[in-house]
Amino acid sequence: MSASNTITQDDLHAYVDGYLAPNDVERVEAWLAENPEDAASIHAYQLQNSKIGQTFNQMLDEDIPNEMLEIVTAKKEKPATNSIPWLRLAASIVLLLVGGMSGWMLNEKTGSNAQRDQVAFVDQAVGAHHVFVSEVRHPVEVPASQEAHLVKWLSKRVGTQLSVPDLQDGGFQLVGGRLLADASLPAAQFMYEDNTGRRLTLYVRSSDEEVDTSFRFVKDDGATAFYWIDNKFAYAMVAPMDRSTLLPIANKVYQILSGQ
Amino acid sequence: MNDTQKLIVENIPNLRRYAKALIRDNEKADDLVQDCLVRAIGRLHLWEPGSNMRTWLFSILHNLHVNAARRQNSQPDNTALEAVHETVNVMQPDQDKGLMIRDVDRALNHLPDEHREVLLLVGLEQLSYAETAEVLDIPIGTVMSRLNRGRIRLRVILDTTGTSHLRRVK
Repeated sequence: MSASNTITQDDLHAYVDGYLAPNDVERVEAWLAENPEDAASIHAYQLQNSKIGQTFNQMLDEDIPNEMLEIVTAKKEKPATNSIPWLRLAASIVLLLVGGMSGWMLNEKTGSNAQRDQVAFVDQAVGAHHVFVSEVRHPVEVPASQEAHLVKWLSKRVGTQLSVPDLQDGGFQLVGGRLLADASLPAAQFMYEDNTGRRLTLYVRSSDEEVDTSFRFVKDDGATAFYWIDNKFAYAMVAPMDRSTLLPIANKVYQILSGQ
Repeated sequence: MNDTQKLIVENIPNLRRYAKALIRDNEKADDLVQDCLVRAIGRLHLWEPGSNMRTWLFSILHNLHVNAARRQNSQPDNTALEAVHETVNVMQPDQDKGLMIRDVDRALNHLPDEHREVLLLVGLEQLSYAETAEVLDIPIGTVMSRLNRGRIRLRVILDTTGTSHLRRVK
């Protein structure tokens, strides 16, 4: 700050933000006593700072997402997660099963932004899964007894000819399905159940922006999801089981649906 | 976690708060912070130990934000100013804090990005003018002029919406 007696705009801001030396504070305060317009500005600017603080300060108390901590603490030489023996086995089974299908990978959901963009719909699928698998009386809108009608209806709304994969080999029977709204897009949810009451859901909606993706895996509290995007449609298979159990089922569904 | 990692993690709450205040979309803001962290970790060898981690991280965030904004060609929506004016009629003098919060948030959104950034770095993150200049890679004189214009403009917007009658809580 200059030693001059002239008070500049910069001095006024520095006063508001507390960057003035005590002598200069006195000088500015003397000036403000005689210049009510500047005093009003100062008051307004102090109020702005305090309002901005009140508005956004509580965000500092939020827990840091694990994804962010993982980015910071990740070791560069960290072995790929799918080197876990059972998973490597599962991955090789996938490779055998998919045979000629190219472009298949088994990935973990990572913090990378591109992937996050692609999986926006997975959150919807997992959310819808949790909402409806716990429904006792009305888990579906249209029951499996009306399968032909169900498939025709949902195909029309979602915009592609859907087929309901038969998962009886895996012990799962179709319960039925329902129409959902994923943002502004219609989405179809099919629900299956095994004889122990375990339910899994298959979620489908159109996808105009995403390119085809590999077959991916994500775990969300209590549920596992496999998801992929194929020919402008996004699919997610969600179930309350670990991925080695869900993998063969999801793989079968993938083959049936992408083989159309 | 080593000391450098700790230093980065300590800054995450502020980076998130700033990003959220800046772009008003919590999900996109967290994406931006994640990208910032990825880039920071990838370039950690460029960070000079003992130098200011905070301004380094904020400058990475700023650059990513500028790039993203350029990509999306997203400008602040100044056309909605009329809508802000209209709210004057429906507001009661005794507004609650929630309403005020939305107002400051919304008023900030009517500022150009370059003014909002300076107001938030100085007023919210309490970076010094020199640090703000470093983060935005502009001369300190430009920081001061943006701060001045931004504050004048914000005052006009807040006065117009009647929130300046709120009692001061400090």
